[in-house]
Amino acid sequence: MKARVHVMLKNGVLDPQGEAVRHALGAMGFDGVNGVRQGKVIELDLADGTTEATVNEMCEKLLSNMVIESYTVEMS
Amino acid sequence: MHAAVVVFPGSNCDRDLAVAFEAAGAKVSMVWHKDTKLPDGVDIVGVPGGFSFGDYLRCGAIAANSPICNEVKAHADRGGYAIGICNGFQVLAETGVLPGALLRNAGLKYICKTVGLNVVTSQCAYTEGYSVGDVIDIPIAHHDGNYFADDETIARLQGEDRVAFTYTDNPNGAKGDIAGILSANKRVLGMMPHPERAADAGHGGTDGQALFRALSGVLTPA
Repeated sequence: MKARVHVMLKNGVLDPQGEAVRHALGAMGFDGVNGVRQGKVIELDLADGTTEATVNEMCEKLLSNMVIESYTVEMS
Repeated sequence: MHAAVVVFPGSNCDRDLAVAFEAAGAKVSMVWHKDTKLPDGVDIVGVPGGFSFGDYLRCGAIAANSPICNEVKAHADRGGYAIGICNGFQVLAETGVLPGALLRNAGLKYICKTVGLNVVTSQCAYTEGYSVGDVIDIPIAHHDGNYFADDETIARLQGEDRVAFTYTDNPNGAKGDIAGILSANKRVLGMMPHPERAADAGHGGTDGQALFRALSGVLTPA
């Protein structure tokens, strides 16, 4: 089984990389990009039976920093 | 004073930090990240700068979960002294020993230069050798030194006299111009600038020397 973890900076935390991407898109002529937020996707290949609760624990202990980031988990 | 300097794969300021401790009269033990115990009688733990674990995932995140960091955390929880410099600050923030986190510099660039720091408090073992209002010149060298914490935490740090240093001219977007903070008991200091790189005349500046000398005064049994 697999889990896909999305980690994003929380709203209110400045994302200078996303801002740089937004500027670059504007400079390339793509109009109407009002905001860009950049995050990470982490794919986990897991032993059968691993629970979403365990993945949440992984997110809280290592994969994200709860001071600045939030995460979502998709199990498949 | 007996100092332990932690070494991770990718640390690169560990020897500089050891030399600065030694110059202030300390006995220094180097401690590997896989070690599960600090040497007996350690007064202070130094978590050095560098790029532990290649800065993978987040700066300091993997180091913060290494075996030795459990011991560093336990040492701090017992009221032990610890200083984290640059990547070491990122590690201590990731362990939760210090509040907040270090984000990518607001200008997105790696910055390597000497900056001015305001000494904001002299009420801790690290800054006793300075006076409040002193401006000291200390080098920075980081890509992720933009200190962030929620407004409540920043207010608490300021209210409890736990901001040790601020930048005179904020280079990285750090909230409140914060360059270094203290734990609630003021025995753990995390700072992005490198005092160990301004601790010898050969460095081109000696403004960091007073930090190590003051520690030596506090941590040497009378």
